[in-house]
Amino acid sequence: MDLTGALQIAASELTLAVGAMVLLMLGAFMGEKSARLISILSVGLLIGASAVAATSPLGVAFDGAFVSDRLAVFAKVAIFLCSAVAIVLADGWMHRQRIARFELPILIVLASVGMAMMASSGDLISLYVGIELHSLALYVLAAFHRDDLKASEAGLKYFVLGALSSGLLLYGASLVYGFTGSMRFDDIAAVASADPGPGLIFGLVFLICGLAFKVSAAPFHMWTPDVYEGAPTPVVALFATAPKLAAMVLIARALDQGFGGIHDQWAQVLVLISLISFAVGAFGGLVQRDLQRLLAYSSIANIGYALLGLTAGTTAGVQAMLMFMTLYVIDQFGFFAILLSLSRGGRPIRRIADLAGLKKDRPLTAIALTVLSLSVLGMPPFSGFWGKYYVFGAAADAGYWQVAAAGLVASVVAAFYYLRIIKLMWFDPAPEGVEATDRAPIEAKTVALASAAFAFPLVIVGLTWLEPLTRIAATGYGAG
Amino acid sequence: MAVTDHILSLVTFLPLVGAAAILLARFVAKGEGAANAARWIALGTTLATLGVAAWLTAVFDPSQVGYQFVERYEWFRAAQYHLGVDGVSILFVLLTAFLMPLCIAASWTTIKDRVVDYMIAFLVLETLVIGVFTSLDLFLFYIFFEGTLVPMFIIIGVWGGQNRIYAAYKFFLYTLLGSVLMLLAMLWMAFEAGTTSIPALKEYAFSAQAQPLLWLAFFASFAVKMPMWPVHTWLPDAHVQAPTAGSVILAGILLKLGGYGFILFNLPMFPQASQQFAPLVFALSVIAIVYTSLVAFRQTDIKKLIAYSSVAHMGFVTMGIFAGNEQGVQGAVFQMLSHGLISGALFLCVGVVYDRMHTREIAFYGGLTSKMPWFAAIFLMFTMANVGLPGTSGFIGEILTMTAVYEVSTWAALFAASGVIFSAVYALTLYRNVMFGEITNPALKTITDIDLRELAIFVPLIVGTLWLGVQPGLVLDVTAASVEGVTTAYRAAIGG
Repeated sequence: MDLTGALQIAASELTLAVGAMVLLMLGAFMGEKSARLISILSVGLLIGASAVAATSPLGVAFDGAFVSDRLAVFAKVAIFLCSAVAIVLADGWMHRQRIARFELPILIVLASVGMAMMASSGDLISLYVGIELHSLALYVLAAFHRDDLKASEAGLKYFVLGALSSGLLLYGASLVYGFTGSMRFDDIAAVASADPGPGLIFGLVFLICGLAFKVSAAPFHMWTPDVYEGAPTPVVALFATAPKLAAMVLIARALDQGFGGIHDQWAQVLVLISLISFAVGAFGGLVQRDLQRLLAYSSIANIGYALLGLTAGTTAGVQAMLMFMTLYVIDQFGFFAILLSLSRGGRPIRRIADLAGLKKDRPLTAIALTVLSLSVLGMPPFSGFWGKYYVFGAAADAGYWQVAAAGLVASVVAAFYYLRIIKLMWFDPAPEGVEATDRAPIEAKTVALASAAFAFPLVIVGLTWLEPLTRIAATGYGAG
Repeated sequence: MAVTDHILSLVTFLPLVGAAAILLARFVAKGEGAANAARWIALGTTLATLGVAAWLTAVFDPSQVGYQFVERYEWFRAAQYHLGVDGVSILFVLLTAFLMPLCIAASWTTIKDRVVDYMIAFLVLETLVIGVFTSLDLFLFYIFFEGTLVPMFIIIGVWGGQNRIYAAYKFFLYTLLGSVLMLLAMLWMAFEAGTTSIPALKEYAFSAQAQPLLWLAFFASFAVKMPMWPVHTWLPDAHVQAPTAGSVILAGILLKLGGYGFILFNLPMFPQASQQFAPLVFALSVIAIVYTSLVAFRQTDIKKLIAYSSVAHMGFVTMGIFAGNEQGVQGAVFQMLSHGLISGALFLCVGVVYDRMHTREIAFYGGLTSKMPWFAAIFLMFTMANVGLPGTSGFIGEILTMTAVYEVSTWAALFAASGVIFSAVYALTLYRNVMFGEITNPALKTITDIDLRELAIFVPLIVGTLWLGVQPGLVLDVTAASVEGVTTAYRAAIGG
């Protein structure tokens, strides 16, 4: 394939990369006051890139390193839109905190390039490059509030543990390369199905461990609560959504495409990771006091559910993962937008107990948070239920009904902490002498209400188009 | 036929329209005005729903087997919008619509706090419960079934008694744990059979290996809901803490979701497993009848006593259903409907004295007969109905289920019959302690008899209980064809 064809296939990444450089130059020339403008342009750039991703030709480029199929396109559009929403939330936040810097939106755009690479990677090199590209941007973002001790700690922790996971990943990748003689997933698949020796399996396990770090699945979740607690809220909103989606798509592609022939081998590892994630997420969340730490544990459990979908190793499983993650990220944006919109006397509300009596003060926010909690809890007919519906359906159909049962039982345990949020807001009176909440910033309020409205009732309509879309994405995958 | 095409959607979602109207009224009026508007709109909506439900029952053709007024639209691949009623479910729709206006009336003056939210919660609950009885799609059923937890959680948690938060959590988590296993079974069935339509799944023969697990998964959910011994412990807590109307709905309708689920899923879809597990069900039912009757006898709280008596009465229902013959299932349905009226009325009776004295301790009361003659008569009548006195509806349900079980298992019937005696013991003891004797507690000197509003709430329940007691054919004729369809298929499937 000639270069022009290849560049067309990778058009959305190129748009973003070039766009980010242009914005960086613009910011450098215009100085600090350009932050708002750069944010707006970045959002425009990301929306434009998703349009490019949706329309650019499908195919394999750069000698198999870069694959653009329907799965990648679906993931990229979702990732770019997530990043755009994160920039909207982050822009308002950094202006209120008086730390407006034009670098923040640009870093998110650069991270999106890396995430798009992950979604499109066809071999181990592009897999690694994609992961590192997005991780480096995210490390900086985590420590963006540089005068804040917790944020610096979060950034450092994320960086050190991220480097460790990259090490594991690289070690696994080198073993896989050593035992198969190829970097490309399809070549690896050929060797793996013909002769899966112990060395290859060993490499595979390390590869999975490295990837599990990136999606914060237990037992590789240690960084998650600290980073969620320390990093700025809009940045955590990004962490919880786009990178997780990208990494899940990457896992789906690497395992199904690269090791599809030895499904029974990696399925065991994923089952174990899922089970531990259910337990850590459900029980760890019970004792949390900080809302963002709670959301960290909730995300650990939910990543377990998404991995369970992949464990099935079927098209239905990939579709289930996509459905689950799409509905999940919408809920997550709602949660973080609500966190951004709640403050008393300029200090954000971070302790769960501070939600007491919110119903009287901010009824609409309380309703939105209730809807979102019920959704993540998996109550029908809210959107989160349908995500679980697909995941557990796919797992039960593939014969993993015991694991699915464990996941459902864990969801009942986790229900306790979501119910506590509802209880605090609706059942408990506001404590005496607490000042009223501040006026909510408009962008956070809009995102929060939009997510809640999607969780219910818009999801009833949303499912009718999301379902076929994810099915097309899951079946059209790997195809040129 | 034009209106009857959508009559089930109408009866299901009419309360939701009322809830929306209350929400609108809140924007117009403030404070007490909004509260009054909420009360009247809620009453009007529930009465209108009752009207539609009555009309639905009137035009229903009981001679037909199979579902009527079916509505079916494609939604998306996972579930369909599929409604329909048969002879069994239509009566539960009617029961729900019948009890709801009474609940609203019973909360008229007793709920003073957050009236608007309260009425919305009840109307939403009514939609969800009716939805359970009308839905014919696996996941539509699940949505409504699970959905009922949320308004009930809020009703107990916001308007409940001292220990309401504990009770609300317990209620929610217990029932959720039961139903997630059912969800997994439903998912497996949908993938296996390739359909989510309940009538189609009833025709589908699940393999003998899969049936026991599926049966147990559904059983886990419905047994918690019923509740059966030993998973009944959430019920006394929930009842004691819930406001009066909440208890009425809980005992009158929500418990029936379990029995309805057994008739809808376990018996027709997994006949072999049902036969295999029938002894287990009999054993648990008999324990429930005898043990919880004895436990009820030792209670010091009136509401808790009635809650335990509910568990005992539900034992007859489960026993009747898994006897698997026509009489048993007929009796079970009858017992559920009759218990809906009687236990609802009993909780309302407790509400009457609680509203006046704000305690439910049995020891606090005594000698009320002299001060409250009307109330004494009403309470006596429902106590007797609860015991199963001939002439009341309670008798018909118990006698039908017991004779049915006698055909299958003599021992189970024998022990169950002893439960009837125990129920007389605790119910009459309660009545004696609360109503008879001299007034020893000076606080009771000023207690007043029931007023017209309360009388108006009790009259329909008295009429219903007595009418069904002397003319059970009213119910049995409607359910006959549908129940016969279920039991014939069951007998055929197990080769008996």
